[in-house]
Amino acid sequence: MKVMTCPLNGPRNISEFTYGGEFKQMPDPQTCSDAEWADYVFNSEDILGVVREWWMHNPSSYWFLVERHTGSDEILRTFDPKEVFNARVEFTAVTAKETAR
Amino acid sequence: MPFNLLKYGLSSEYPVEVDLPAPKELKSSYDVVIIGGGGHGLATAYYLSKYHGITNIAVLEKGYLGGGNTARNTAVIRSNYLTSEGVRFYAESVRMFEGLSNEFDFNIMYSHRGQLTLAHTDATVRSFRQRAEVNKHFGGRTEMIDRQQIRELVPSLNLDPGHLPVIAGLWHIDGATARHDAVAWGYAKQAAKRGVEIHQLTEVQELVIENGTITAVKTNRGTIKCGCAVQAVAGMSSQLMKKAGIRSPIQTFPLQAMVTQPFKPFLDPLVSSSALHCYVQQTSRGEVVFGGGSDPYPLLNTRSTLDLKESLLAHAIEMFPFLANAKLMRQWAGITDMTPDYSPIMGLSPVNNYYLDAGWGTWGFKATPICGKTMAELVASGGKVPELIRPFGLERFSTFQQVNEMGATAASH
Repeated sequence: MKVMTCPLNGPRNISEFTYGGEFKQMPDPQTCSDAEWADYVFNSEDILGVVREWWMHNPSSYWFLVERHTGSDEILRTFDPKEVFNARVEFTAVTAKETAR
Repeated sequence: MPFNLLKYGLSSEYPVEVDLPAPKELKSSYDVVIIGGGGHGLATAYYLSKYHGITNIAVLEKGYLGGGNTARNTAVIRSNYLTSEGVRFYAESVRMFEGLSNEFDFNIMYSHRGQLTLAHTDATVRSFRQRAEVNKHFGGRTEMIDRQQIRELVPSLNLDPGHLPVIAGLWHIDGATARHDAVAWGYAKQAAKRGVEIHQLTEVQELVIENGTITAVKTNRGTIKCGCAVQAVAGMSSQLMKKAGIRSPIQTFPLQAMVTQPFKPFLDPLVSSSALHCYVQQTSRGEVVFGGGSDPYPLLNTRSTLDLKESLLAHAIEMFPFLANAKLMRQWAGITDMTPDYSPIMGLSPVNNYYLDAGWGTWGFKATPICGKTMAELVASGGKVPELIRPFGLERFSTFQQVNEMGATAASH
């Protein structure tokens, strides 16, 4: 079986993992237009080449990032998301009125 | 006898019928360029020449005719979908398939078998009831059947596989199968007879778009001008759409299938189970075809994997235990253009005179005739979208009007 190296658990069979979609930036749902949101939700890059994507190790529920070639199915690199998410995100509370808009 | 044969061979009275004329040089310009020489592209060319009198058409195929996903699917013809839009569209396709052999004067080996989908849970039974009613209402023949009726239809089926006993079945009387590559050949033969040019080994490398309108395509054999172009390149749809600068919701996954050695006829209907992620049918040659869902992650490659084959076969053997001793003859993979709502993308695109026939995921073969007919109408009318395919426009993903066929499509074929 194909083996993927989990950054947390080491080399594991690919059947232990779940594909989680392309890695992409989420537009701010409070400020973006409907078209931007639809593009984010539905459209895909579907690149033939090296892609960056989310994967999860099922038994440990651990999410991480993978760089993989979608032509050769070669896994080039797996790494912890903290490499990309290296700054603290401050969430401001949204009032009920705003969310129900 | 040998002399008779020799006489026949030398006689000019019985010339060998040429199905496809020998390839010619590309012209510098065509009214319609169809990218992709699979079933859909060839059907579009055929109906354009037959119903609309348009014959200055080039069908460009990068490999050989019907050598892509037209020859890689599992040749299931059915219309028992969930939505009214889906049922109307596929039911018309099923009706068209019945007459194709006569129309082509070429045997597509259409075989009316009926298709049986198995329910293993109460939730599936409820969704089957809905599908049966929608199907009846919009022109298909589908009914719910119980265990006893399933046993009579398919005596070799194990009704109590492991942890998932069969509760009921969705019996789709219109279900059928046909020889998939013969469908492409039949369309090619008749289209060529009417003057359509079919160019194999001709790969479209670039699209020339001026002021938002397609004007030419660049191929490995030179640039050709076109009045309009149709893309019908299942498996590579998203890549070609990118060349046209179109954003698409398509994600591309392989789908693996296989056939066994031939057996005496034992299985008449096509049998599928979405809970077991497997569908099984016996071809007219006696081989048993197994197919399942798409691979669990995207890939633009037709490689196969042992682990997917093992899990698929484990389920197939639960359904038909005696096949445990069968030997596999061939296995392969196709590439599926999956859309988020499991419906195709047909119709206009943001580029003028550039028409889309994409997003055919795992449901393309069964739509070949109706797809060709409606795409031909679209092209001939210069962009007036036929009623039947209006719900499948690309714009549905920005107006939140999806046609959800996931439940009626995923792994149940």
